[in-house]
Amino acid sequence: MTYMHIGKNFTPPDVEGKVTGEARYAEDFRKEGMVFARLLTSPLPAGRVVSIDATEALAMPGVVGIFTTEDLPQPAAPANPALATEITYLGQPILALAAESDLIAENALEKIRVQYERRPFVTDPLDTLLEGGPDPYPSGNTLVNNGAAAAAGTTASGTDVGKIKWSRDAINQFRAGREPQGVEFGSEWSYGDLEAQFAQCTTIVEEPFVTIGYPHHSLESRTGMAYWENGKCYFHGSLQSHTVGHAALAGMLGMDPADLVFINENTGGGFGSKIFPYPMMAVTGKFSKKLGRPVQLRITRDEEFYIGSARSGMQGWIKVGLKEDGKVGAVDTIIVNDAGSGGGGSGSSSAGHISIMFQPEAMRFRGVSLYTNTTPRGAQRGPGQNEMAAVLAPIMDKAARQAGIDRVALRRLNAPRPDAKHGPRQGGISSSYMPEAIDQAAQMFNWEERIAKPRRISANKVRGIGVGLGYHSAGSGGYDGLVRIMPDGKITLHTGVGNLGTYSYAGVLRAAAEVLQCDWANCEIMHGNNDLHLPHSTYQGGSNTIFTETRSSYVAAQDAVNKLKEIAAAEFGGSVDDYSIGGERVFQTADNSKGMSYAEAAQKAIEMGGAYSGEEFPDELNATTKRSVTAMQGTGLIGVAKDTLPRSGTQPGMCIAFAEIEVDTDTGKFDIIDYTAVAECGTVVHPLGMRQGMNGGGVWGFGMAGYERHVYDPQNGLPANVGLYQSKPPTYLDVPATMNIGAVDLPDPESPVGAKGLGEPAQGCAVAAITSAISDALDGHLFNRAPVTADMIINQVAMNNFNTGELKTNTF
Amino acid sequence: MNINLTRRRFIKSVIYSAAAVSSSAGWQLASAQNRPAGGVERLVSINVNGRTRRVDVLPQETLAHTLRYKLNLTGTKLGCNRGECGSCTVLIDDVNHYACSTLTHSVKDREVTTVEGLRAADGTLHPVQAAFIEELSPACGFCTSGQIMSTVALLKENPKPTRDEARHALSGNLCRCGAYDHYLNGVMRASGQLS
Repeated sequence: MTYMHIGKNFTPPDVEGKVTGEARYAEDFRKEGMVFARLLTSPLPAGRVVSIDATEALAMPGVVGIFTTEDLPQPAAPANPALATEITYLGQPILALAAESDLIAENALEKIRVQYERRPFVTDPLDTLLEGGPDPYPSGNTLVNNGAAAAAGTTASGTDVGKIKWSRDAINQFRAGREPQGVEFGSEWSYGDLEAQFAQCTTIVEEPFVTIGYPHHSLESRTGMAYWENGKCYFHGSLQSHTVGHAALAGMLGMDPADLVFINENTGGGFGSKIFPYPMMAVTGKFSKKLGRPVQLRITRDEEFYIGSARSGMQGWIKVGLKEDGKVGAVDTIIVNDAGSGGGGSGSSSAGHISIMFQPEAMRFRGVSLYTNTTPRGAQRGPGQNEMAAVLAPIMDKAARQAGIDRVALRRLNAPRPDAKHGPRQGGISSSYMPEAIDQAAQMFNWEERIAKPRRISANKVRGIGVGLGYHSAGSGGYDGLVRIMPDGKITLHTGVGNLGTYSYAGVLRAAAEVLQCDWANCEIMHGNNDLHLPHSTYQGGSNTIFTETRSSYVAAQDAVNKLKEIAAAEFGGSVDDYSIGGERVFQTADNSKGMSYAEAAQKAIEMGGAYSGEEFPDELNATTKRSVTAMQGTGLIGVAKDTLPRSGTQPGMCIAFAEIEVDTDTGKFDIIDYTAVAECGTVVHPLGMRQGMNGGGVWGFGMAGYERHVYDPQNGLPANVGLYQSKPPTYLDVPATMNIGAVDLPDPESPVGAKGLGEPAQGCAVAAITSAISDALDGHLFNRAPVTADMIINQVAMNNFNTGELKTNTF
Repeated sequence: MNINLTRRRFIKSVIYSAAAVSSSAGWQLASAQNRPAGGVERLVSINVNGRTRRVDVLPQETLAHTLRYKLNLTGTKLGCNRGECGSCTVLIDDVNHYACSTLTHSVKDREVTTVEGLRAADGTLHPVQAAFIEELSPACGFCTSGQIMSTVALLKENPKPTRDEARHALSGNLCRCGAYDHYLNGVMRASGQLS
């Protein structure tokens, strides 16, 4: 299909501000009378605040106030409180203090005396899973869902903290890489006849595995600036999403959303940690209200490590069976997730990755998500799927070797086709061109030639060739779209999508411009400030934006086109079917002299009123959209609609990557010589944006494969790698100088422009390709861990048996 | 690992280090440790983006703080405030420096250039800025100012760097979004090696 805008590069309007320094982030805003708030955080991993004496701090010149748990109701555990008296992780905020300057605030914090009561702590989930082991919360170690009881009114909350314990024998079995017997799980699912399918398999691989969580480390540390004027709250924040964040923030602040102005045009990274408002935002808004002054609360880099969220870790066991023909017959897996303090594990999603990417005939997942006294865990780029991709790739490579099948051939044989089934319910998918993606990438990488290369390069260098797959569900629906044609001919395209750096906020509006067949230069994008009249848009996460919001943009623009034709028909006669659009005019198809410009039609819309100019609108719209349309009444021709386009099953965003690495056997360091990745993301809307997402995901994959992890001292519960240098997000020198990116570029039938997302699978395929390549370089050795660090590689080369970790996690 | 390494303590450590290596600066800087919160501001003149700016500066104040909080030049970002990420990179006499790790008093007689100072007087973008737009180099954009300033410094010294030279020159600038490939494309385009 030939498009006017889809598939073409364009310059998103915010790029210039980013290169000139004019783009403003939350901390760049000032307000007269603004004070600076800082957090006092816990020095203990577990305990209780007994008393707080802030007398000396409050008496200091320039200190204007303090904000504690007395000012903010405490949610029931395990919900993550903004400020806490029950300490469940080191770095947990206890109170906030505001002063005339940041220096005064920081000095004053040191004058506050806090008495603590210590409690035993735990940093390894298996230590709390062990019968008699310490619990991270006073009441237990795992989430209990009380949905039914909450609905019946017999508990205050839908969730609670409960306990799951395994016997020492079971823990020992699990640590030794065997299936634990007679144990309790928190969740499980299965499909097919597992036993019968394993019986038909000729190749069986059974392995333990560990992935370690790590912080998001968004470069813009969490910042908010809030002030109250004339009953309204103005909040400059840092979120990935906009309108869904706006409504949730209003709820946190206990106010009518109509009175909250949320301003967030730019966000300095989120990666899943800023999809929805985070607890600290309640402190900013409510502290400002308490003081009656603008408050800026910006946390430090250290605090971003502690409260900026992190990926969950896994300790697991997996058994994979291949049939004679190489088809995956059965998979059985157990996953213990590290949910940190009050977070959540993603074990089921991890298993879901296997289910869709290898299509086993039968599968079982059993899992338990356990809290530890480490930083709270939350969604991080492909939560569950990507860490599974990391450990699964070498395991599937081993299965391929045992079965005598080429590694790429194994993946292609089992790749999802359009009729693929997915997950515990074996639901369908909207599209899959994964075999085509594998073929395209293998050709780009020249797999056949490379795989034949000798592995030994020199006395201390060996080559590794790897392949990996990434997956994430990449679509949703039911959100609203909003466009306006103004009497001066300008077109405003409105989106409540956030701006987290993918440019999808602009990309999704290309679908509206496509429908309107208008000049992009004549369009103005309205985003980032709900005073600009934004519709109810999707959460910006889960790789779903491009699919979900091209649909809502499309239906809104279609509504505008229908209204254009109705207005023209009223003026020139005939029915809407007699009219066409083009060149920003609506005209009779048979006689294009009978028509009017968009500008003239917009003027007519204002005169006609009703639905044409926003005085009336569909009742099915979200309240946020209704407010925006109401505010725009009479200003032009309004196109507004809720996305009710048909949608079935899952929209799979998928990627494949290949990597060639050189491992230095003296140092354990590896260099990525070549990286090639292909996206199966439907139609490409914005080619440069697609490359940006694939490259960024690739870098995140390299980080997960070789560098990033939590390290806690198990003796005292202190984290050892808080800063960026120690946490080690990849730098320029950890990634290849050039990355080769492609896309299948074939349409998903459930998107009006054929598009679906790629941000998360772009990481999954990269980490898998690297762990696959490391294993390949070391004669097929399985580390069964992510990351695989340089010391682990040296230990393996030296054959010194130092790598026997027995599923140890969150440590060296 | 010092788990309580606050910005203030970091600045203190910078001051102690400076005092240890510079006897001439030692008295003033060391005595700053005993002052009450904030210390005493002194009026200094610094040259920023070709203009002389007079500003009250604390003894322990970093250039990043002065630029952002007193001169409203918020294009210089604070990603870590401890010399790890490079988001605060500025030019001092055409050499790239971390502004979060530079005391403002140390730049009194030197020329400071921030990202806001790169445009020509008629508003034309600097070639590096234009190239970064064309290659869609920024992602979230928070590190972009630093990436640009390091690129400008590189191209002043080496107008035609290889891609490998460029990535080494920019290796002090972290991009959490992982937009390195696009930034390097921007460097190569700005240096006329990519058409």
